[in-house]
Order: sequence, then C-alpha cells, then structure tokens
Amino acid sequence: MSRIHNGAFETAGEVSFRKEELERYSRHLIIPEFNIAGQRRLKQSRVLVVGTGGLGSPILSYLTAAGVGTIGILDFDVVDESNLQRQVLFTVDDVGRPKVEAARERLHALNPNIRLIVHNRQLTSDNALEIIDDYDLVVDGTDNFPTRYLVNDACVILGKPNVYGSIFRFEGQVSVFNYRFEDGSFGPNYRDLFPTPPPPGLVPSCAEGGVIGVLPGIIGSLQANEVIKVLSDVGQPLAGRLFLLDALGFETRTLKIHTDTDAPPITELVDYEHFCGLDLSNDEPGVKEISVSELAELGESSADYQLIDVREDFEYEIANLGGTLIPLGEIDNAIQSISADKKVIVYCRSGARSARAISSLESKYGFENLYNLKGGILAWAEEIDPTMARY
Amino acid sequence: MANIIIPTPLRKFTNNLPTLESDGETVIEVISDLSGAFPELKPHLFDDQCDIRKFIRIFVGDEDIKALDNEATPVDENSVVSIVPAIAGGAR
Repeated sequence: MSRIHNGAFETAGEVSFRKEELERYSRHLIIPEFNIAGQRRLKQSRVLVVGTGGLGSPILSYLTAAGVGTIGILDFDVVDESNLQRQVLFTVDDVGRPKVEAARERLHALNPNIRLIVHNRQLTSDNALEIIDDYDLVVDGTDNFPTRYLVNDACVILGKPNVYGSIFRFEGQVSVFNYRFEDGSFGPNYRDLFPTPPPPGLVPSCAEGGVIGVLPGIIGSLQANEVIKVLSDVGQPLAGRLFLLDALGFETRTLKIHTDTDAPPITELVDYEHFCGLDLSNDEPGVKEISVSELAELGESSADYQLIDVREDFEYEIANLGGTLIPLGEIDNAIQSISADKKVIVYCRSGARSARAISSLESKYGFENLYNLKGGILAWAEEIDPTMARY
Repeated sequence: MANIIIPTPLRKFTNNLPTLESDGETVIEVISDLSGAFPELKPHLFDDQCDIRKFIRIFVGDEDIKALDNEATPVDENSVVSIVPAIAGGAR
C-alpha cells in the first residue's frame, strides 16, 4: 500500500523497469522535470476510474499508456450502439458486452505491463469505501449526480484526491478535489463548489440533453493529465480551481474555488438517490399509465384515441410513433390541441417528461383522460418495433 | 455594462444567447436584471427564499462571489459575471 507524502505517493522499496518499459516510456523519461522518478511514481500508483464511458475512455487509455501501475475499471453497464459516437475504447464487436470486460481487453492490448482490476458493479454507499480504500486516487468519469456526490464523499472520508470532470453538450468542467497540499491541508471538494444538486429534471443528462462526441475526449484527457501530475508530483494541480470549457464559442475560464468553512463535515455516506431527490420523482404519483403492448393493441383496434409526443422536434426526426408533436415547454400554449374527451396517450423518450406533462396538465387544467406511455419510445423500440432507432 | 456569461443548460431560457449585458452595479442587480428580462430563468437562479440556488455559483472575474461580498459584490463595465451550474454528464 502506498502512502500520501507531500501530495505525491511513495512506496518503500525500489521500483524497477525492464528494457521494454524503459523504451516504451522513453518520451517521459527525457522530460527533465518528470524523468524516471515521475515514471516510478506512476508505476507504483493505484488509480480507480469510476465510469467507463465518454470520459472513462480517454482517461483509461492515457493512464494505461502512460504507465500507471494499477488501474481499477468500474462500471456496471454494457456497450450500446449509441456509445460508439464518443466512447472510443469500444468497437462494433463490443456492443452488448460489459464495458469493463471490453475495456480490459483493449487496455491490456495497449499496455500489458499494467495491472487492471475489473469492478463490474455499481458504486454504492455500501461498497464505495471498501473499493476506494484500495486506491491512491479516484477519477470521476460518471454521468449522474448521486454517484458524483458518492465519489466525492467517499474520497473526503478516506482522504483521497478526486479528479473530477463533467460534460454537457458543448460544455465541460474539470477540477482536482480534496487534494492534499504539502502542509497537510485538503483543497476544496465537490460539495464546497455545489453543496446540493439541482432538482431532478432541471439539468438534463447527456442521455437526455446530448453531448458532442469529441468533448469527453477533451475533458477526459485533461483529467488524465491532472492524474499524472498529482501522482508524479509535477506541476501545479488544478486544486482550488475550476476549469471551464465552452467548445462552441471556444471560450475557456479557470475560476477560483474555496473550501466552505460553514459546510457540515462529511463523516459518513448517505442515501444519494434520496439526497438528489431521485427516489421521489422517478414517476409522477397518480399518473395513469399504459404499456407499449397495450398501445399496440389499441392501434390495431377501432378505438378512438389521441397520441401526443412531448419531445423536441429534432428528437421526433430520429424516431416517432406518429403522435402530435407538442414539446413539453410549449404544452401550456397548446391546450386546445389536446382532447378532453377521448383517451389521450402521452409519450416521450423514456416516459419521464410525459409523466411531468400529464401531472402538470391534470393539476392546472383538470384533464382526467391522459395516459403515460410507460418506458416511452425506447420501450416501444425494445418490445414492439426493433427496426426503430433507439437514442 | 457588466458582461454575463450564460451556461449551456440555462441558454434555453435566454433565447440561446451565450452572453448578455446588464447595467446593474452589484451582482444581485445584474442577476435580478437578467431574471426580469427572462422570467423563465428566475426559478432556476433563485430558490423560494430568493436566495441564489445552491447548485449555481456566481463568479466575478475568476473569483467566487462568496469570497468577495456575496450578492452585494460590485460590478462595473469591465466585469465578467459567470453563472456556473452543476452539470453531471460523462459516461452515458
């Protein structure tokens, strides 16, 4: 087990390199301020990468290529066709395989000198401390608020640095949280920056809001660079600072962030789904539902019903069920288009937005004939029409 | 005229404008000015007690207003006010 010393990690005993390794890492070894001492620190370090997706792909690739000795790969997902636009670790042949397995194969081929540890599971409050304790540093390449707060809190409790990156459409954020300075003090953590998450539904995920494919490549590479700096103790890590990239306007900013001295100390892990309000809002209470198979039967019957699609027009172009398009944000202006008499089935991509639409229409206008298509157009593509594009 | 940088998730409330200008002389005047011009933005910036929401940080230049004078931090025509929300994307 390595220990933290002056922001870097040192282990008793000499780390040696074989000829093949010296040649592989030669471009590192000839950098005066990095040299074999930096390479040695990388080799003796243990890094956990949480999330093997858009950010995880470049992070894992560069850390493996750079010679970080032990790398933990944590994810519970399988490779999906829609991942390939940005998750460059994977190929067409990997679709349907566990991401961690596909990643391990690819990374082992890249650098067989690295010890790769696969965690094919979800990080939870029950296992996070035990998993993270085995590593010197954690890289946050996750895609949701509950896991980001969980990673942060576990790192704070265990005193590990957390190299953070996050993306949305064309915008990215990077920081090094909970960095231990030479005087033993710790830099700000994620909760110092954002004490609480936004309410569910306010900030869309990449799955809902989209992301330009190259952006995780940029942000994940910046995270990998910070990991290498922290591990090798070279340069000034992005601790106490937040880097922002707007790739659309090509604007960058580096802002100062501070420890919140009024914040309650983080001493234990909590229920992060509850903390982020997700256990309360997955489904709108009381909203009537219809399954995709019931809708398919309805379509084949002579029943009179109305179908309303509350997605955006650009989503409608990818796939649709022929419903009347009324985007969620415009629904208050289109009340007259919604039948108050016959059965009205409202749908979106996954069923979340349509549930919100129904809940709002019922409470504001007293509709009683609205049914939410359970699982949305994704469920329709999965169960009824496999030729339909999923996104 | 302070320059305000609008983050991507909030641009749908500002007619997709990435930057805006305000005559406000303090951060709260600038932010109130903004939410007055774009009423749909207001609930995303302020909570029920009219405090700036905890998943949004405001910076003047490169400094967090918490380290300055909070919402009373003065701004002038050279100030760049950044609104920075929590975003979570990364894996899927």
